[in-house]
Amino acid sequence: MRQALAMLLPVTLALVACQREERDTRPQSALGSGEQPTPVTTLEPGGQRPSPTDNKAASFEANAFHMSEGKRLFSWFNCSGCHANGGGGMGPALMDEKWLYGSSIESIHATIRDGRPNGMPSFGQKIPDDQIWELAAYVRALGGNAPSSAAPQRNDGMMVHPSENRLPDAATLGKSP
Amino acid sequence: MKGRLHPAQARVDAGQGARVLAIWNCLRTFILSVMLLACGPFLSGASEPPSAAAIAPPAAAAPPDDGQWAMPAKNYASTRFSELTEINEGNVKNLQVAFTFSTGVNKGQEAAPLVVGNIMYIVTPFPNIVYALDLSRPGAPMKWKYEPNPEPAAQGVACCDVVNRGAAFADGRIFFNTLDGHTIALDANTGKPIWNAHIGNINIGETITMAPLVVKGKVLVGNSGGEMGVRGWVKALDAGDGHLVWTAYGTGPDKDVLIGPDFKPHYDMDKGTDLGVTTWPPEAWKIGGGNMWGWISYDPDSNLIFHGTGNPGPWNPDLRPGDNKWTSGIFARDPDTGAAKWFYQWSPHDLHDYDGINEQILLDMTWQGKPRKVLVRPERNGYLYILDRTTGEVLSATAYGPVNSSKGVDLKTGRLIANPDKKTGTGKVVRDICPTASGLKDWQPSAFSPRTGLLYIPHNNLCMDEEGVEVNYIAGTPYVGMNVRMIPGPGGNRGAFTAWDVAAAKPAWVLKENFPVWSGTVVTAGDVVFYGTMEGWFKAVSARTGHLLWQFKTSSGIIGQPITYRGPDGHQYVAILSGVGGWAGAIVSGDLDPRDATAALGFVNAMKDLKNATTAGGTLYVFRLP
Repeated sequence: MRQALAMLLPVTLALVACQREERDTRPQSALGSGEQPTPVTTLEPGGQRPSPTDNKAASFEANAFHMSEGKRLFSWFNCSGCHANGGGGMGPALMDEKWLYGSSIESIHATIRDGRPNGMPSFGQKIPDDQIWELAAYVRALGGNAPSSAAPQRNDGMMVHPSENRLPDAATLGKSP
Repeated sequence: MKGRLHPAQARVDAGQGARVLAIWNCLRTFILSVMLLACGPFLSGASEPPSAAAIAPPAAAAPPDDGQWAMPAKNYASTRFSELTEINEGNVKNLQVAFTFSTGVNKGQEAAPLVVGNIMYIVTPFPNIVYALDLSRPGAPMKWKYEPNPEPAAQGVACCDVVNRGAAFADGRIFFNTLDGHTIALDANTGKPIWNAHIGNINIGETITMAPLVVKGKVLVGNSGGEMGVRGWVKALDAGDGHLVWTAYGTGPDKDVLIGPDFKPHYDMDKGTDLGVTTWPPEAWKIGGGNMWGWISYDPDSNLIFHGTGNPGPWNPDLRPGDNKWTSGIFARDPDTGAAKWFYQWSPHDLHDYDGINEQILLDMTWQGKPRKVLVRPERNGYLYILDRTTGEVLSATAYGPVNSSKGVDLKTGRLIANPDKKTGTGKVVRDICPTASGLKDWQPSAFSPRTGLLYIPHNNLCMDEEGVEVNYIAGTPYVGMNVRMIPGPGGNRGAFTAWDVAAAKPAWVLKENFPVWSGTVVTAGDVVFYGTMEGWFKAVSARTGHLLWQFKTSSGIIGQPITYRGPDGHQYVAILSGVGGWAGAIVSGDLDPRDATAALGFVNAMKDLKNATTAGGTLYVFRLP
């Protein structure tokens, strides 16, 4: 019995460790379809409307696999060409706490899918929808808006900035402890 | 290596010499002015130019000064030299503000104001508003403004801030370019549009930032987009109605580049058929850059225009084996047909984004005992070239600052000798490459004074680390393939203002500046040189010694081109647009995050403290004596 328990403990621990996150093994590959409108402003005449939630958002946000995929795609789709490695260039910085079109994963997804009028191209016809979600999740991590347990932990190449999981937490940035 | 870096050494010597010279010059100026005061009219010849003035621009390309400023380079020879003398070494310290004007745009103000008759013309960065100010009335009120309303989306494909380098005046019209690829002609008197030619496509990443040049009834315009895989071109538009006369591409088959029977390059490396195709991997020339976003000069005597070509794309050189013709070089063309006469490649198979689009100053000088028609080019790769402008032969190429990315220029073959230690490539981090991708000098134009024989060069002093990475071509998005981070160059000063003795091929004096000197410059017959710093100081220094004579702190960092003109009241004025931005100032104008070393293609890493030194905001400053 004790032996069995002793066996069970590491197995349970291992299984729990595996439960850090779940993901679909066969994600949808359809192009961004825009089935759900995402408001581009928080200003609502008469009061606050419920914040938009997309059922997909939860499965991508704070998911280590998706964020690391997003980091890879961030270079592959030339996001880094304009936004550098988060500090910006032709496009605005993504590491800072300034968000022109909203910081939620839904807003960022909509920004990538539909574009924005001052220079952000629309990638809805270029990138499969799930990959747009992965990019959006990674952009959240660049801004310190992802849990450090899930954010990408290292850069493969030249040290351009501290890894995403070591960036300050945006939720507590600038606030007293 | 030591030999390569000798200008840095020369800088120190020149610096010490300059101090002694400065004291002597102060004394001399004082003695001279006392003498002049005493003997006034009898000494009219006392201010004769010194003997060094054997170098001068060709008269046809630099006619006598009429006190106006009708093109950014002042004249076709691109001297940016004014013959006005009211403001001089002795009295420049009394300069004061005559009037100011807010451009209403918080992006980098790289343009030169123009002055024709009683009107000053300014073109702003995106959204490219043109203002006409009436100089004949107190405070220079607005006479008209024209808003072209360019596509806001164009901002997303402009590589290095949404700048505009100025307009051009000819035959009662103002010609200028918009970021979204239009060339527009306005009635200079009323501001009414006469024609509007749409020649660039932002959906493939094309923008236009350069100042057009009007030659023989044609408006010459080139595109930007070397960081977006855009194929470069120069177009000639008819000044009358804007119709396209010719297009000369920077890559591709000879017929596209307008290479024909008249094409006689000096060096063997530029001879052959369709080199714009064969020096690239298959099809790569179609997305290979070679854009023309800089300066054009014109020699009426030989009827030739001279223009450079930008960097090849992508930056990562492993992805484009070959010499990548006709990028990072210079063409001489017939302005009537666009036909190429000769070509020279500054940086064959460019390794470090060394665009070849800087200004070329046309001069006639004695070279090794013989009179030569030359063009002088302080090039991005760090060398000051003197070329025979009739043949494209390199007479000399001397580093004018720290250079280790190459080991000089082979004058027999004309070829830049690349330093293998600094060769970049995929998956490789190469450190301490000098100069940077932004060059020892970028677009910021220099000025030449025939009175001193000196070329006044505003420039950078930066080095960089580069890491080549894979990159996909997606039309309308960046096509760079390089992680870059820049650092201050030897000495720690990120900028310098060098007075280069053209005849002796060495610096006469060098002024160190904390930030890159990203402004243009103007020199006058009063022996005063004006330039601005990115902190916002507008400076006047002695053209002979570099001694600081006067400075004024403007509201934002200066990256514009100063001009000087004779106002309607007969007095001399000096004008500059203040307003930080451009590639060097993108950290401020684009509010970039300095924690990312690669932001703004690596420039941010060298400019982390700029946000503490200045803020954005475009303002025109005009100065005069009391």
